[in-house]
Amino acid sequence: MKKIFKLALVAITVSQAVGCASLGVQPWERDLLAKDEMSLNAEGVDLGLDDHIYFSKEATSGGRAFAGGGCGCN
Amino acid sequence: MQLIEHPSSMRFADKTIVKPKPIAASLAVATCALLGAVSPLAQANPDTADEWKFDTAILYYGETDRVSLVEGVVSATKDFGDEHIFNGKVTFDGLTGASATGAVPQDTVQTFSRPSGNGGYAVAAGETPLDDTFKDSRVQLNAQWTQPLATDLRGSTGVHVSKEYDYLSLGVNGSLARDFNQKNTTLSLGLSYQFDSIDPVGGTPERLGSTSVLNSVSDYDLYDDYLDANGSGNADFDAHASQYESREGAQDKDTIDVLFGLTQIINRRTIMQLNYGMSVSDGYLNDPYKLVSVVNNQGTVQDTLFESRPDSRTKHNVYWQTKYAMDSGVVDLSYRFARDDWDIQSHTLESRLRYNLSDNSYIQPHVRYYQQSAAEFYQPFLLSDQPLPTYASADYRLGDMDAYTVGVKYGQKLDNGDAWAVRVEYYQQNPKNAGFAEPGQLAELELYPSIKALIVQFNYQF
Repeated sequence: MKKIFKLALVAITVSQAVGCASLGVQPWERDLLAKDEMSLNAEGVDLGLDDHIYFSKEATSGGRAFAGGGCGCN
Repeated sequence: MQLIEHPSSMRFADKTIVKPKPIAASLAVATCALLGAVSPLAQANPDTADEWKFDTAILYYGETDRVSLVEGVVSATKDFGDEHIFNGKVTFDGLTGASATGAVPQDTVQTFSRPSGNGGYAVAAGETPLDDTFKDSRVQLNAQWTQPLATDLRGSTGVHVSKEYDYLSLGVNGSLARDFNQKNTTLSLGLSYQFDSIDPVGGTPERLGSTSVLNSVSDYDLYDDYLDANGSGNADFDAHASQYESREGAQDKDTIDVLFGLTQIINRRTIMQLNYGMSVSDGYLNDPYKLVSVVNNQGTVQDTLFESRPDSRTKHNVYWQTKYAMDSGVVDLSYRFARDDWDIQSHTLESRLRYNLSDNSYIQPHVRYYQQSAAEFYQPFLLSDQPLPTYASADYRLGDMDAYTVGVKYGQKLDNGDAWAVRVEYYQQNPKNAGFAEPGQLAELELYPSIKALIVQFNYQF
């Protein structure tokens, strides 16, 4: 029993230390990040349309996604 | 919070003897359920599995006195269970209007041939030469499949086809995303291959070859009659026809993209993304409709040539994005730095600030600033007393330029779960002189006009 307790204590300590040392959140702290508008792909249709406009009018493309425009507009 | 209220936790709490193993197991199950709902790289977040979710938009883009475009998008997403997600997207667009050819304005009227050679147009004194026959419609289909491959590992693969009158683009892509650190960190690697084929109206012109122009716009009607009648003996018309007959047909290019991404959750309110992308294109990279004027030391046009770009291009970019959840909205900030072996370097700074007006409506101002330096072969015109370079383009999109966008979006979620939004934006491009002296009459003419565009978009999600 004592051995299990010790192991558990070590495991908890290590996991807490790792958790504190690195960036991030615990699973139950994801309430805000889980919102649709916090997704990096939120408004995907808008972003796609913008990519098409700027691909056609400027020399640089890509970054957020692949650079190929898939059209002859450039 | 949810863990405490979890029924299984409460059940264990009621028992007098608590065994560590079942608690750990039940916690693990609850944790997995939570994590499953919020993986940061999920391609879509359908509210309910087993139902198609549609995202539609119609966009109007109109430049003052130039191009206008109407584009419609229907994007359909379905979760087939366990994060096996399909997305299909259909895009249509129709383009009309006038596009700058790259030729310089003059203090006299200039005549140009249309791309087919069967028509001509005159450009008034002092006006930027625009080809007003620009008209095209395009259909694009995209399909993407995303699914888990192993614990903390997702794969995604997709294809696209895009077809317009003179252009065909086919592409395939694949990517892997691996989660680390309790899904707080995600590394991804994506690859794409694209094949493009262009079949220019009037054939593929010779690089830096002279354009063939008849004496006046009315001559093009005579020329058409002459061709219809299989005429012969008119030296000007014969020479014009032979230039188009001798041209090559369709050209193609291959593009390979590599995209390496790091997504990191910083804290309860902040998520950050850092991407490095490389894109290598080989093949026909010219715009067959773009021209370069050759002027003498008085700035008077002596000849008009077709442009010539190198047949390969390697681009690199770094993209950083941060999203921050406020109590009343979201701050989205991004920056992109890009450079390529054509010597173009660019900076893009963009921000969207979503402010929730109520539980189901928001307003979102958008600002974007873009700045690029010129390609090494960019020249607004060539000088007749200088030897011809190998490469030259007067396309302002390869020149020094900055551009900004300001806009606002308003969105509302309806009681039935559908959502709509409208956005209005203003986009202005300001081409700049990259240090070229302007001989004679060119000094008095506007060589770098600004381009002003209005963007209006309506979205509906159901």
